[in-house]
Amino acid sequence: MNNEEIVARVQANPKFQELVQKKTGFGWMLSIVMLAIYYGFILVLAFNPSGLGASLSGGITTVGIPVGLGVIISAFVLTGIYVQRANGEFDRLTQEVVEEARK
Amino acid sequence: MNRRIPQILGALALVGLSAAAFAAGAVEGEVQKAKATNWSAIIMFFAFVGFTLGITYWAARRTQSASDFYTAGGGISGFQNGLAIAGDYMSAASFLGISAMVFDKGYDGLIYSIGFLVGWPVILFLVAERLRNLGKFTFADVASYRLAQTPVRILAATGTLVVVALYLIAQMVGAGKLIQLLFGLDYAVAVILVGVLMVMYVMFGGMLATTWVQIIKAVILLSGASFMALMVLVSVGFSPEAMFAKAVENHPKATAIMAPGGLVSNPIDAISLGLALMFGTAGLPHILMRFFTVGNAKEARKSVFYATGFIGYFYILTFIIGFGAIFLVGTNPSFLDDAGKIVGGNNMVAVHLAKAVGGDLFLGFISAVAFATILAVVAGLALSGASAVSHDLYASVIKKGKANEKDEMRVSKMTTLVLGVLSIVLGIAFEKQNIAFMVGLAFSIAASANFPVLFLSMFWKGLTTRGAVIGGFIGLTSAVVLIVFGPTVWVEVLGHEKGSELFPYKNPALFSMTLAFFSTWLFSVTDSSRQAQEEKGRFDAQFVRSMTGIGAAGASKH
Repeated sequence: MNNEEIVARVQANPKFQELVQKKTGFGWMLSIVMLAIYYGFILVLAFNPSGLGASLSGGITTVGIPVGLGVIISAFVLTGIYVQRANGEFDRLTQEVVEEARK
Repeated sequence: MNRRIPQILGALALVGLSAAAFAAGAVEGEVQKAKATNWSAIIMFFAFVGFTLGITYWAARRTQSASDFYTAGGGISGFQNGLAIAGDYMSAASFLGISAMVFDKGYDGLIYSIGFLVGWPVILFLVAERLRNLGKFTFADVASYRLAQTPVRILAATGTLVVVALYLIAQMVGAGKLIQLLFGLDYAVAVILVGVLMVMYVMFGGMLATTWVQIIKAVILLSGASFMALMVLVSVGFSPEAMFAKAVENHPKATAIMAPGGLVSNPIDAISLGLALMFGTAGLPHILMRFFTVGNAKEARKSVFYATGFIGYFYILTFIIGFGAIFLVGTNPSFLDDAGKIVGGNNMVAVHLAKAVGGDLFLGFISAVAFATILAVVAGLALSGASAVSHDLYASVIKKGKANEKDEMRVSKMTTLVLGVLSIVLGIAFEKQNIAFMVGLAFSIAASANFPVLFLSMFWKGLTTRGAVIGGFIGLTSAVVLIVFGPTVWVEVLGHEKGSELFPYKNPALFSMTLAFFSTWLFSVTDSSRQAQEEKGRFDAQFVRSMTGIGAAGASKH
């Protein structure tokens, strides 16, 4: 079976369409979430810097400290969420598409 | 509402500005030579060099094929690659520079590091696995996948070599100055040492040695920084509140260090620089190359996950280190000169803190780590430059894909040697030059020439060779021309009168990237040649491979 046939069979497979839709959509969605978190942080820096500078619970530690650390942690967590779903669900779908194309 | 706008722009400017300082990638300006030769540092540094040369020897015996040389045979695991990518990002400049900024400005230092992390998740979601599925050795493999080989490879190789050259010069000059400061070695000796070791790692050990040197350095840097952060926390009884209180008490800016400050610069510049950093990272050839060292898309994804975790952890450590330095270094007269300033400048606070918390031996360790960091980064750069010459120019353009593998590797090793000699010569030549613009320019070119072509080749069916080549070269030249006519080169380097610059912004990416994307689109959609039709026709097969990995280059068997 030549490459063109494989490509045609993969494209005709509804599972491939499902994979493309899910993976691409999920990737763009998480990208937008990351950018929203980051630019949200920037907006707070601009609109309400004193809010970030306010005391967290009466002490020296300010609200900005957990917020800033939160942005760092969110980047890590978002990559974790993507990897979890991609290495599970998406890879299973990919595997099925590949096997069906080679039958 | 309108009054808010300047504040937003100010906040963006802050992020951009600090990014500029970080991206400078090197210790800038005049440095004084260390008073005494630092023997414990030198001994530990030589222990590192001896160990890594041992690894190079081991790697050399396993580096037989071109695939071994360029990509370590694709046998690096996602975890290892994550550490290596993090290592490429955790440069000496980010370790010393971010802790210095936290020491000086407190909370603003945290804002500064965050801007660098958020590009990574986006690279994972959109680029990483597609890149792995389509490419083999260089990002040009992906960009030229369905386009004409010769022109696209020439474009990609040019983009790679320009970025590598600028980055290498900046690293060499920074290395010379840092080593002079830390070890008391002569500038030229330091530059030659870095150049010789770089050539040895790459020429003999290829990607396998380059990756392991980077992994080892990442581990020792993370361990050293973890120890310092731990000792800071120990000194305050593990109470962040106590740490912040002590810092506020001892800092001239007092409670202001706990809140966002107000560095305001030109907002357009800030946005432009932010774009350059985010998309430049996704266009840096030595970073992109790392995605070909893992076996498959699954490992490529894991690499970014681990890399993001390590980089984020590292930024949190530097934040603690910077705050700790405020009361452990800033108040200790032995780290201050007669004027009450930090000995060696603020960039040295992390090094001083090492001494404060771990004595002379640990000071030696951290100094050696800083040197090791530079070595690991330049080795990755040299390998990426050598691959562009041997794989893209020699094998694909000159030999039309019919090169003998042995010859291709010989060309690669010769190129590494030439790059080593060139970087030593240029490193010495640029000692007294103002090189602060170079890394910024490298990021702008990566974002304006490499990234648009790479991104559109994967995501847009309509891309044709004509569009890619014209758009890529327009991105490249506009980035260079706008930087030369901008304030950084026109005024600060060429010495023209302030205000006489022909382009008002320090960073061109906003304009050069837009121009690159627009002209790539324009010259693609107006391309009605038969070749263009064929190129568009090949997109479906490329898309299937990028999504499923069918036909992707696998790991070689050992």
